[in-house]
Amino acid sequence: MTDDVRQRDEARAAAGQDVPPAGQQVEAPRPDEVDATEGMAVESRSQWQLFRRKFVRHKLAMGSLLFLLLVSFTAFNAEWVAPYEYDEINVVMRSTPPTLEQNHFFGTDQLGRDYFSRVLYGTRTSLIAAGVAGLIAVAVGTAVGAVAGFYRGWIDSLLMRLTDLVLIVPLLAILLVAATFFGRGQPVRVAVIIGLLVWVSLARIVRGVFLSLREKEFVQAARASGATDLRIIFRHMLPNTVGPIVVNLTLTLAAVIILEATLAFLGLGVNPPEPALGLLIEEGRSAMQTQWWLILMPGLTLVAIALAINFVGDGLRDALDPTQRES
Amino acid sequence: MFQYALRRLLISIPVIALATFIIFGAVTITGDPLQELRQAPNITQEQIDQIRESRGLDQPFYVQYWRWVTDIPTEGFGDYLISPRPIWPDLQRVMGNTLQLVIAAEVLAFVVAIALGTISAKRQYSVFDYATTTISFFGYSMPSFWFALILQLIVVQIFFATGVRIFPIANLSSADPGTGLAFVLDRMHHLVLPVISLAIFSIASYSRYMRASMLEVINSDYVRTARAKGLREGKITTRHAMRNALIPTITVAALSFGTLMSGAIVIETVFGLDGMGRYFILQLGRRDPYPIMAWLTVVAVIIVIFNLIADLVYGYLDPRIRYD
Repeated sequence: MTDDVRQRDEARAAAGQDVPPAGQQVEAPRPDEVDATEGMAVESRSQWQLFRRKFVRHKLAMGSLLFLLLVSFTAFNAEWVAPYEYDEINVVMRSTPPTLEQNHFFGTDQLGRDYFSRVLYGTRTSLIAAGVAGLIAVAVGTAVGAVAGFYRGWIDSLLMRLTDLVLIVPLLAILLVAATFFGRGQPVRVAVIIGLLVWVSLARIVRGVFLSLREKEFVQAARASGATDLRIIFRHMLPNTVGPIVVNLTLTLAAVIILEATLAFLGLGVNPPEPALGLLIEEGRSAMQTQWWLILMPGLTLVAIALAINFVGDGLRDALDPTQRES
Repeated sequence: MFQYALRRLLISIPVIALATFIIFGAVTITGDPLQELRQAPNITQEQIDQIRESRGLDQPFYVQYWRWVTDIPTEGFGDYLISPRPIWPDLQRVMGNTLQLVIAAEVLAFVVAIALGTISAKRQYSVFDYATTTISFFGYSMPSFWFALILQLIVVQIFFATGVRIFPIANLSSADPGTGLAFVLDRMHHLVLPVISLAIFSIASYSRYMRASMLEVINSDYVRTARAKGLREGKITTRHAMRNALIPTITVAALSFGTLMSGAIVIETVFGLDGMGRYFILQLGRRDPYPIMAWLTVVAVIIVIFNLIADLVYGYLDPRIRYD
């Protein structure tokens, strides 16, 4: 009920009417009146409410989202959560398989460093890298895609040629060249390079949506009523593009986490001693036949994170798809 | 058909020309190729100057580019920066090996994905369908190098436990590979694990497309008509539905060839195969721009050729495309 009152007040305020001050109940409805109408009225739901309801009911996606939040929270508080420092050496417990003893849940390596702590710190590095790369990809991709779709012209042709080019030169090869010459083993630098290379597919998607939106009646109407280009883009078209952007962002994030690990594995990501998931796998590789946990644990963590992101993306796609009604 | 093929061929020439320009530009701006040399202890300033002059590095960008690109047909990418060895023979050797790996992976992925996608679509919402979808999610979320390492781990652990060496986990051939058929079998035996590791991502991706396009086709009118005529279900699936459902899958498979080349870089490193990927990593480590540019150009040409083949195949599958 309070929501309704507030909405009504907002509507009145918008219409320039007097709003009774809060706390002073002017026309408080009697409880029995409310009950009589509520059962019969058809509840109207906004797009956002519909989306939220559908997403929350998608169990796999919700579970994955909770898992991701938990993992991120743990990883970003690694200083407090991790039982050891990532480079702390426990000489007594060298090369121990996963055990509950002394909290070596993921075992230890040849130097006696706790692998659970290393994986936690590594997860943080990987998540930061993916986040930075994802943000850059979304910002650049949306901006270029929006301009290309809205104005067409040379920027559109340029974008299309660029995507053609990305199709014929393997992305990993370009990344490796850039990381070799500009990366220098710093996670943020590597993330920026990844972000500056993966925005293209997102730009293409935003461009596609913009191309179809610009012919829609509501955009025409906005233009006819004298709205500026910027207003049309930000108020009318971008809100309608949020769905595809978010879905594509999740897929990009999962891909970026794997890319970053691949770069680290090839020795072009993060420099030791700072752990990153890909680097941990590379380090464990030489001893993996006797100490399987050295590649299994960081790898499983990586797969679990990427899988969870993909599941969330899948749930988002289902929830944003208006043709899929809730049963 | 011939005209269509010719038109597609002509379109790809400017694409390759543009690619060489961008490759040269991108690699040139990434750094001074002589920087490594300057830090080398046993090299004099005169020698550096001599290399710079003979390579034309003191010339403007477009002159350098023109020199490089016009030398490709006659000199095959020239020599390495420091040692006076030609690049092309090395590249030719690794290219052959990588094409074996990549084409085998592409064929495996394509066949498995078509089977999985078709059966999933025919039995939508069955256990098989859910299992396939879940596995394809794993395929998307798993770094191929990690999967390759796990395969190696399993094979070696089986060897430790039973003494049976199921598959080799490194190299392209045995120390004494033999000749003729024995050599081919030995090579195939060595390629099993790399091909599986490389194909897993493509299987995940292609089978999704195949399932989606198969679902679309199955519910179309002409399939209903075929069924109404009393054709056998197997024939409807293979002759009527699959032929059309294949078109988008082939497009995706052809466009993903670059992804497979990316994958080859990683897989060849894990299995120590003497292919293009490992060669690329090696040359990156040496920071020699010439083999890197040669590599990128060759890969661009290979990918364009595969896109061309795909164009021809779906020109054959869908006659409408030919007459655009």
